[in-house]
Amino acid sequence: MSHTGLILAAGKGYNTPGPLEFFLPDFTGKQWNEKGYDVLLTKASVLLVVGAIVAFAFLRVTARRGQVVPSKGQYLGEQAYSFVRNGIAQDIIGAKYRRYVPLLLSLFFFVLFNNLFGIVPFFTFAPFSRVSFAYGLAALVWVIYIAVGVMDKGAFGFLKHTLVPQGVPGWILPLLVPLEFLSNIIVRPITLSLRLFANMFAGHLLLVLFSTGGAWLLFDATGSIVLKPAGVLAYLIGIAIGFLEVIVATLQAYVFTLLTATYIGGSLAADH
Amino acid sequence: MGGSLNMVGYGLAAIGPGIGVGLVFAAYINGTARQPEMQSRLQPIAFLGFALTEALAIIGIALAFVIKAKNS
Repeated sequence: MSHTGLILAAGKGYNTPGPLEFFLPDFTGKQWNEKGYDVLLTKASVLLVVGAIVAFAFLRVTARRGQVVPSKGQYLGEQAYSFVRNGIAQDIIGAKYRRYVPLLLSLFFFVLFNNLFGIVPFFTFAPFSRVSFAYGLAALVWVIYIAVGVMDKGAFGFLKHTLVPQGVPGWILPLLVPLEFLSNIIVRPITLSLRLFANMFAGHLLLVLFSTGGAWLLFDATGSIVLKPAGVLAYLIGIAIGFLEVIVATLQAYVFTLLTATYIGGSLAADH
Repeated sequence: MGGSLNMVGYGLAAIGPGIGVGLVFAAYINGTARQPEMQSRLQPIAFLGFALTEALAIIGIALAFVIKAKNS
């Protein structure tokens, strides 16, 4: 009751941010229609390219002048490289990991820098909070882990390896094979993309909520003096969420790379 | 103040994955405390379990935005 009273007394209404926040204006002047098909070039797609360039530049600069006693930049690059190479590729894929290190490394840094754009001033948008980009990346991973499996075992061998679990009685296979197909071929890329998308989406929405809500409570809300400190508090929470976003961005880049490595490793694993 | 009852439902739906993620990391911390040298082996497993458990919450938040009431 008191809460509603507070809101009603507060003059100009506050519009809670929603999914509409993510429909960015188009640079070429095209408009969003209800399907979004007319949009050509938004901030998100530009940032995606910038992310690729930044990832390339980071690795290029840190690896340019290799020295026995590394400089700070080289040390940073080498640590990140060995984290992906040993911590993800070698541990997960196993003996034949070396072919996939370049893929995993570029995936990791591409996703990482794109996610970090969500809290970089003037960028403030993580491209993967638009689900289509996440779908695209997951489709790439999907094609790769199926291609790796087909090249390793042949088309029929890969299907058998993926769809038929070892050591189960034959009569239960009609039940298990469709389930395995659903989980390994169809749901995998969807959860891979939705996990990345939803984390970035929720993070961006939280930031928008606390910054616009804080501004509204501080400047527009009238009716109670309590609302001003509440606005300051909202800003402070927003800053804390900004730091949380750094963790989430890094974690999601790690998880995305880890799962890619797991899927490739699963395609390569020997039947036993 | 706008909003949707879907979000309340999503909050309820997130209880399960929340408990699951807690269990995953509890086991990870436990394993590391008992055998610190296993930490590097356990870390990918823990994050894999975390990612798979979290998928439930992720699907939940996607559906919370997608599913609309008929009369709204």
